[in-house]
Amino acid sequence: MSKLDSKIPEGSLDQKWTKYRSTIPLVNPANKRSLEVIVVGSGLAGASAAASLAEMGYQVKVFCFQDSARRAHSIAAQGGINAAKNYQNDGDSIYRLFYDTVKGGDYRAREANVHRLAEVSGNIIDQCVAQGVPLAREYGGLLSNRSFGGTQVQRTFYAAGQTGQQLLLGAYSALQRQVGTGMVTMLARHEMLELVTIDGKARGIIARNLITGELEKHFGHAVLICSGGYGNVFYLSTNAMGSNATAAWKAHKKGAFFANPCYTQIHPTCIPVSGDHQSKLTLMSESLRNDGRIWVPKKKEDVEAIRAGKLNPNQIKPEDRDYYLERRYPAFGNLVPRDVASRAAKERCDAGYGVNKTGQAVYLDFAHNMKYKYGKMEATKKGIQNPTEAQLEALGMDVIKEKYGNLFDMYEQITGVNPYKNPMQIYPAVHYTMGGLWVDYNLMTTIPGLYALGEANFSDHGANRLGASALMQGLADGYFVIPYTIGVYLSTEVTRMSNEKDKADSIDKVKTKHPEFDKELAEVKARIDKFLTIKGTQSVESFHKRLGKIMWDKCGMARNKQHLTEAIKEIQDLRAEFWKDVRVLGTADEFNPDLEKAGRVADFLELGELMCKDALHREESCGGHFREEHQTEEGEAKRDDVNFAYVAAWEFKGESNFELHKEELKYENIKIAARSYK
Amino acid sequence: MGSGNEQFLNLTLKVWRQKNSKTAGTFETHQLTGISTDMSFLEMFDVLNEKLIHEGKDPIAFDHDCREGICGMCSMFINGRPHGPKQGITTCQLHMRSFKNGDTIIVEPWRSAAFPVIKDLSVDRTAFDRIISSGGYVSVNTGNAQDANNILIPKSAADEAFAAAACIGCGACVATCKNGSAMLFVSAKVSQLALLPQGQAERKERVLNMIAQMDAEGFGNCTNTGACEAECPKGISIENIARMNREFIGASLTTPNK
Ligand SMILES: Cc1cc2nc3c(=O)[nH]c(=O)nc-3n(C[C@H](O)[C@H](O)[C@H](O)COP(=O)(O)OP(=O)(O)OC[C@H]3O[C@@H](n4cnc5c(N)ncnc54)[C@H](O)[C@@H]3O)c2cc1C
Ligand code: SF4
Ligand code: FES
Repeated sequence: MSKLDSKIPEGSLDQKWTKYRSTIPLVNPANKRSLEVIVVGSGLAGASAAASLAEMGYQVKVFCFQDSARRAHSIAAQGGINAAKNYQNDGDSIYRLFYDTVKGGDYRAREANVHRLAEVSGNIIDQCVAQGVPLAREYGGLLSNRSFGGTQVQRTFYAAGQTGQQLLLGAYSALQRQVGTGMVTMLARHEMLELVTIDGKARGIIARNLITGELEKHFGHAVLICSGGYGNVFYLSTNAMGSNATAAWKAHKKGAFFANPCYTQIHPTCIPVSGDHQSKLTLMSESLRNDGRIWVPKKKEDVEAIRAGKLNPNQIKPEDRDYYLERRYPAFGNLVPRDVASRAAKERCDAGYGVNKTGQAVYLDFAHNMKYKYGKMEATKKGIQNPTEAQLEALGMDVIKEKYGNLFDMYEQITGVNPYKNPMQIYPAVHYTMGGLWVDYNLMTTIPGLYALGEANFSDHGANRLGASALMQGLADGYFVIPYTIGVYLSTEVTRMSNEKDKADSIDKVKTKHPEFDKELAEVKARIDKFLTIKGTQSVESFHKRLGKIMWDKCGMARNKQHLTEAIKEIQDLRAEFWKDVRVLGTADEFNPDLEKAGRVADFLELGELMCKDALHREESCGGHFREEHQTEEGEAKRDDVNFAYVAAWEFKGESNFELHKEELKYENIKIAARSYK
Repeated sequence: MGSGNEQFLNLTLKVWRQKNSKTAGTFETHQLTGISTDMSFLEMFDVLNEKLIHEGKDPIAFDHDCREGICGMCSMFINGRPHGPKQGITTCQLHMRSFKNGDTIIVEPWRSAAFPVIKDLSVDRTAFDRIISSGGYVSVNTGNAQDANNILIPKSAADEAFAAAACIGCGACVATCKNGSAMLFVSAKVSQLALLPQGQAERKERVLNMIAQMDAEGFGNCTNTGACEAECPKGISIENIARMNREFIGASLTTPNK
């Protein structure tokens, strides 16, 4: 019997959530006031959950490691957020969004969760607009939409290239409003370093005040991990510098299963690496693929001339360009999903057609649409007869500027090249992690009272996430799912509290005075002291870089048995070396960013191993997980639905020791099929 | 990849070092060699910190996270200007190609009474959060919303509100202002919501409360020097301040006891 109970409600797919929602036990207002909820993270998931729970009357404490809740990594999301509003009248529906997401995830996501996500997607847009989030509008005053990869409808809402910023500021303002009322206590510059469980239930956390270094004990009747993704295990990624796995990993080591750790998303359009000094990679939003065409030269001599600086790509004739996505995937063209687009770029670059010095870049070219789509449209609008090429370019440039201006500016800042005049150079980079803490339909992990929301859980994206769906999922979890589903557990807490009302040592009275809190605090302190006393010779940063290189080379865009086996060993060795030779300066009782980083890298050094083990065990290719042994003759991913249609949930058993549990995935509403974008 | 004409610079860096908010700080001088012009300014600091760690010296603390100009965390005062010599960008977007071989670069934290130094180049900007808590929102609980397209917003109003909402809360406006005024930051939020139909119900209270909180936090008065607008990495317009002043006067005249 599996230890995993996904708690998917009975009933037909489109009725499950509505019916279930109305049967969840309610917690009465008086009881809510005596229930405390800890929220780790203030990104879209954390901020929306915290604000909503506080509005309902729960006492909420929110933690983030940045100096303000508003700076959570969600702020950096660029392109947009999906919702099945069908405002464009192009045939969108809840079912279609559900279908696209399951297919996009390469049939490795739970049907019931994804359907719920699609159902609430429209409410998210309503909520955000009501908060005053300035989403893009048409001239008539209605909301505007664009297309993202893996879909054939326009369902993506956006705010220029700053959608995440605007959505997060909306959630942040709702959160700050609750801070103002006293319902939320905000603890910025605080890092969760341990989960406290008592009698098998989540009861609180140990957090470090990052300014003073003080270790603090915090009690909660429930703990919500909303700490984001773990892409930084690769060192270079599009994630913010501080994004980390620590909160999720500590929870994992305390008993929360970690699901599908190997499912990582490599985003096809990022600015290529410029040198060894590189500290992070910058995304060029997927929305650019609405208007940018991806290509490399057809002829090797052109490639060489470009690399030698003797040829400008604009000089290459259309017939000498290989628009390889349009060639290979005529139905979706440049808008194929991310995993497909990334692998296709790698294929061309591995074949020797990469267009920069390192051979790891392809072009994303706007010239065609700038001139012949927007330029012509504007010329017609303005009544210009027979416009010249230069006129078309100038007219089109204004439109491109309006649509993508901030991205183009960002590109120029980083590369020193003007993308209005030259095609962008792009290359795939680590971007998102579909894997995360295993959760049931209520978003509860395998530890009672411990929840995971947003990128930190594994729930909705299967083996590959479609663009503009992470923002949707984070806000769905926080605004529209957890406020209901948390009642399932907290109502049992209410019963327990009333039973233990007269018990002097009930947890509700003892709270952080329970000895378990002191024990955990002592362990956290010992670990911090350990970092500071090793006094080795190598910096934390250098270990992180080395780990990243192992992960990228051997557990990146293409994986195979030999590489993964090697990587596991290399990571184990690197971890041993870290604990012997890392150098962390300064003290524990001060603001010490390098010490913070040491803790995060130490956790990545454990998680990286699990990712490789998961990738090794999954003898199939699906979504972002591409095993070279499992591909078709044309180089497409080959899934194995007979043996691998399950969620791999790993239980921590000790160092380098993880036990696999399987949650079978049943497809009752979608016919599981080969995923084709041809 | 880079611009294709990478060069390497030798630089002198004078960096503010301060142990914590209670001790006095001082400048420390460092020599750096072989800094690539393709590096970002913060990557140059990574190189310096790596060097310091090797020498057994405390690395320099500075705030940063997204490193792409959107989180508002980075905050260096470079050669007398917040976010450095180039307009319209944050510290993390500044690249070394903006400097010349042999340059001396002076790096300080934001300096303002309302932003106490935490350590070295990190400061405490939580005053901004408290200002938002005092009124920078629309009071709409989750689940209370009507269909989004029922609220028609002319594109021009949406665009103007968006331009104000683009503020990243970095505090460069305060750091550069000789009075340490937070008017640009506060007015950006007040304007965003005043321009939108959703913000109307609380329009008066909002401006009064946010300005009261701003004053309570110890930010200085605005004397219209325009320095904030010139240094704002997100191009927040000073017209927002004018709008906020109008909003404030309007609200003060019509709201009793404020
Ligand atoms: C550059 C970029 C662009 C993107 N663009 C899009 C897009 O256009 N559309 C889309 O749908 N998705 C996009 N994504 C993905 C999406 O932004 C993220 O998946 C999503 O925002 C994650 O939200 P979150 O709330 O789960 O976590 P985050 O926003 O990452 O928040 C994590 C929070 O947890 C806190 N935290 C972490 N660890 C601890 C700890 N130990 N103690 C205390 N606090 C902790 C942090 O301080 C932070 O507040 C993009 C991602 C990137 C990198
Ligand atoms: S107004 Fe400009 S300078 Fe001031 S906080 Fe906002 S973005 Fe920064
Ligand atoms: S680090 Fe985020 S804006 Fe500079």
